[in-house]
Amino acid sequence: MSSRYDRAITVFSPDGHLFQVEYAQEAVKKGSTAVGVRGNNIVVLGVEKKAVAKLQEDRTVRKIALLDDHVALAFAGLTADARILINRARVECQSHKLTVEDPVTLEYITRYIAQLKQKYTQSNGRRPFGLSALIIGFDYDGTPHLYQTDPSGTYHEWKANAIGRSAKPVREFLEKSYTDEVAGNQEECIKLALKALLEVVQSGAKNVELAVMRDKEPLKMLELEEVEKYIAEIEKEKEEEAEKKKQKK
Amino acid sequence: MALADVCGLKTNQLKNSFLSDFGGSSTHLLDDALTSTTNFTVPYGIDPVESLKEFTNPKSDVKIHFDHGTTTLAFKFQHGVIVAVDSRATAGPSIESQTVKKVIEINPYLLGTMAGGAADCAYWERVLARQCRIYELRNKERISVAAASKLLANIVYNYKGMGLSMGTMICGWDKRGPGLYYVDSDGERMSNNIYSVGSGSVYAYGVLDSGYRYDLSVEEAIDLGRRSIYHATHRDAYSGGVVNLYHMKESGWEFISQTDVFDLHYQYKAEKEKK
Repeated sequence: MSSRYDRAITVFSPDGHLFQVEYAQEAVKKGSTAVGVRGNNIVVLGVEKKAVAKLQEDRTVRKIALLDDHVALAFAGLTADARILINRARVECQSHKLTVEDPVTLEYITRYIAQLKQKYTQSNGRRPFGLSALIIGFDYDGTPHLYQTDPSGTYHEWKANAIGRSAKPVREFLEKSYTDEVAGNQEECIKLALKALLEVVQSGAKNVELAVMRDKEPLKMLELEEVEKYIAEIEKEKEEEAEKKKQKK
Repeated sequence: MALADVCGLKTNQLKNSFLSDFGGSSTHLLDDALTSTTNFTVPYGIDPVESLKEFTNPKSDVKIHFDHGTTTLAFKFQHGVIVAVDSRATAGPSIESQTVKKVIEINPYLLGTMAGGAADCAYWERVLARQCRIYELRNKERISVAAASKLLANIVYNYKGMGLSMGTMICGWDKRGPGLYYVDSDGERMSNNIYSVGSGSVYAYGVLDSGYRYDLSVEEAIDLGRRSIYHATHRDAYSGGVVNLYHMKESGWEFISQTDVFDLHYQYKAEKEKK
């Protein structure tokens, strides 16, 4: 098993690009959309649910994974790669608890995942992970966080972000609609994530998966009925906006 | 290494570095400062546990015997942690030094005490200081006392059975308040409000337990610590010298005093006679 002298796959191009990493980012752009919103005391993750074949069992949770009681992750890109990362992150969360006697902070686990991704951009014979992740949760002191990692191994903190297919229009929508008022209201945050997702996804509660986390509470996957309720509210608000505009004319 | 190749030196034989922790295995002979401190190059084919059994087994023929004469104590109270130690080092019946520093300043907010093998305590607590600093730089916040003591306990557990002799108390102040952990070379790690370690600890415990309250004032606590060490030095032949006293506050540790036990003896005698 002489892996010492395998050719490195990720090497620099003449103009300074790491093409393998950029190709990995292309793979991410083909994955189904995921959106994350951070409020003042709530964090929301929404993912696009791909339509399942007739004979396939509709498993409710696939793209949102729990890393620890207080940390959840949604990804866009290669599902199989994500499984590996999620497993390693889960072990690291427990390892940290064992050696430091404290649950991980969001920044720590994001840094760990990002370092892992970076290692694979600089290793013999290995390709980068083809996924971007949105990591949400609450630190022990109650502050909420939303981080995003990408295949190059960088990570940033966001107030709201989207990854995957159609990430750009969704992010633009979020930039327009995210306000401090929204951040302060839990219901508004959930609706914002839903509205952002519905911009690019076929309308319908069946096509989205929404998860919500509050401080010191476990991750809650919203039931179909709840999602439908929010969609109905959103529709009503849209109609009211349209009515107002008509009246102004 | 090119020179090694030219000389025909087979470096894979020298690769048998023992117990590389935190850095991954080193394939160079004491090259990298990062890993050389935690690697011990052991002669090929030697099992440390077996060969060191002769030194740790009291019934063995080897007559090298490590003495653990000392008194150290630490206790938590409402205003932090008081750490008091003696300063005598003995080798058998001979007093080798009366001026040993048995409190190791790991960093401005963590203290460690020394009981057992002086070299073992000093060395591993310096390794701990290095790990604490790396933690601080990586995580942009101070390491907690629980985590620091756990790091030390995990390190020495790797050497369990190999003759390390270390009974230390890790004291500090972190987000959770004052912290006091007892860590020893058997792999024990415990937390409590009062600890005393060493041959004179039995005498110190007597005085400590009878005078201890969580709501002591700073002056009362300092006096209690000093008095407990004095009584231990009075009765235990292997403890003596001076009492070094530290106070661990929220802002870090402060060195309070160094008092000769002979002065304390006459001071307490005078107090008793006044009554």
